[in-house]
Amino acid sequence: MFELLGIPPQALFGQLLLGLINGSFYALLSLGLAVIFGLLNIINFSHGAQYMMGAFVAWMLLTYTGINYWWALLIVPLVVGASGVVIERLMISRLYHLDHLYGLLLTFGLALIIQGLFRNQYGVSGLPYSIPVELSGGTNLGFMFLPNYRGWVIVASVVVCFATWFAIEKTRLGAYLRAATENPTLVGAFGINVPRMITLTYGFGVALAALAGVLAAPIYSVNPNMGADLIIVVFAVVVIGGMGSILGAILTGFGLGIVEGLTRVVYPEGSAVVIFVIMAIVLLVKPAGLFGRTQ
Amino acid sequence: MNFKTLILASATSLLLAGTAMAQTAIKIGVLNDRSGVYADLSGEGSVIAARMAVEDFDAAGKGITVEIVSADHQNKPDVASNIARQWYDQDGVDLIVDVPTSSAAFAVNEITREKNKIFMNSGAGSADLTGAQCSPNTVHWTYDTWALAHGTGSAMVAEGNTKWFFITADYAFGQALEKDTTAVVEAAGGEVLGAVRHPFPGTDFSSYLLQAQASGAQVIGLANAGGDTVNTIKQASEFGITQAGQALAGLLIFITDIHALGLETAQGLVLTESFYWDLNDETRAWSERFAAENGGKKPTMVQAGVYASVLHYLKAVESTGGKETEALMAAMKSTPTSDPLFGEGMIREDGRKVHDMYLFEVKSPAESTGPWDYYSLLATIPAAEAFRPLEDGGCAFLAE
Repeated sequence: MFELLGIPPQALFGQLLLGLINGSFYALLSLGLAVIFGLLNIINFSHGAQYMMGAFVAWMLLTYTGINYWWALLIVPLVVGASGVVIERLMISRLYHLDHLYGLLLTFGLALIIQGLFRNQYGVSGLPYSIPVELSGGTNLGFMFLPNYRGWVIVASVVVCFATWFAIEKTRLGAYLRAATENPTLVGAFGINVPRMITLTYGFGVALAALAGVLAAPIYSVNPNMGADLIIVVFAVVVIGGMGSILGAILTGFGLGIVEGLTRVVYPEGSAVVIFVIMAIVLLVKPAGLFGRTQ
Repeated sequence: MNFKTLILASATSLLLAGTAMAQTAIKIGVLNDRSGVYADLSGEGSVIAARMAVEDFDAAGKGITVEIVSADHQNKPDVASNIARQWYDQDGVDLIVDVPTSSAAFAVNEITREKNKIFMNSGAGSADLTGAQCSPNTVHWTYDTWALAHGTGSAMVAEGNTKWFFITADYAFGQALEKDTTAVVEAAGGEVLGAVRHPFPGTDFSSYLLQAQASGAQVIGLANAGGDTVNTIKQASEFGITQAGQALAGLLIFITDIHALGLETAQGLVLTESFYWDLNDETRAWSERFAAENGGKKPTMVQAGVYASVLHYLKAVESTGGKETEALMAAMKSTPTSDPLFGEGMIREDGRKVHDMYLFEVKSPAESTGPWDYYSLLATIPAAEAFRPLEDGGCAFLAE
């Protein structure tokens, strides 16, 4: 039997698949970031906190009101997205004329506040959220046992990522959005309410983070730090993909998930830094990112 | 001046001198994780425990004024050393307690020795604190990796689980726990098939679990702690690892972890602890008071250890009548320990606090009567066997 990197092929397939699952989360989160940055020029540092809120709201719905996972998939992005709309209206919209740095500082501060509030209320050990019965159990693929839920995560993530890419790159609404970021005055002159469009875009980006949070709730323990651990990696993904590039965010999300997964087999101690090493190399060779355009 | 006034004046001055002699001001620093993975098992709960010790000892009534300060070391050794230095140099802290995360504990251990203050550790695990890195200024109270490895490791091997694979947190504590458990397994005729070291803290452990599964081991030893252990166990059940017949050995599991996992996932786990709230009437009574102040959450063994170590320290302050480090350390080591949580015990010359350890099994949801009713007692490991023998530790200052 041939071996690659000292790993039997069966194990390798398993690890590739696991990498793809983690990549699904990276892709969903970096997609939201890319949408927000690409269209609003805001570096949304509270994205991790909003992902965490997604998981928490799902947990609250289940615990306090008995609303199940499937409804949570629908309700949570709406609720958390709405909170994003409020934040954009009240705070972020005041910063558009200023440097990027102000948006970053504001959202970073918000992230710390949100995490602190949840930590105070719920502690850090995490709260249990069960896998929905329809997706419990798993399938034996021959080379590995794939929990059905993880399979569902990949499918859901691919569908959402594709739909978002399609909506922004191929539809009329997407064209308005892209035009509005290029020249808001001109687009406004055509009778389109640009500020409202931008508000909704931010809400949509936040909703994507919340959706990822709901998807993550049954896998990882629902805890206030879950976003903080992930957000730095996701930022690296966005930088590697090219800030603001939708397609870049999706492809690098999945790709880096796989790279990280392989590192966990070959040299597990380095799996936390491999993405940052790649980021450093990419920045040296292609500062705009793999899919970014130099302006 | 007439005779009466003279008598009165001397009586007053005697009284004043008497009070001044008994009046000792102590500052205790509770240094632990207040925001990260270990915040629930130490954190504010440890501060509450320290405060309860001061109240129960009636320090004020005995002329000892105690001030408690606390800080978040974020599980980082550099942050821990900065805070420890500032506390000792500028803030007049006499005693630092708790300090989970072994790498941070080592840093505080060094600085405490350099400044000749006192460090009573409860939260950290590495047995090196009373071994290779031992210090005349340190007491290691609650548990250590040697005790955990021997408690859980021996029990698992005794059941015929001889082939092991480790999932280890890649820092001082995880490595120590892996090393100590490996020694136990091999001494009992078992075999370690492999180990994987994951960055700390981690989120996704499925890759490591798959490697553990492929190794063909009977037992997967989890040499990590807190949120990392919770996620590993959760994902092991998701990937059908335990259902397929491999056993999980949680080498360090706290009751807060079980609370987070839920009994459905955690049932049947075997674990070693030095304290459980439901051991006897005294632990129950204390834990009830503690929970009332801690938002209903029962104490972990780390928080119990903070209470007991502060209590023992205050007794030494009372008996020596001051806060001179050598005298206090000598008094603490020569006086047997006695408190409602750990019962009778002693502090060895190398700083190791010795008491019984307990082997517990996590109850099934059907056996449990409600939240926090999680353990059934499998065995009591007597103090004499629970910790590494003094001569095996290689503690250097003892030879001096």
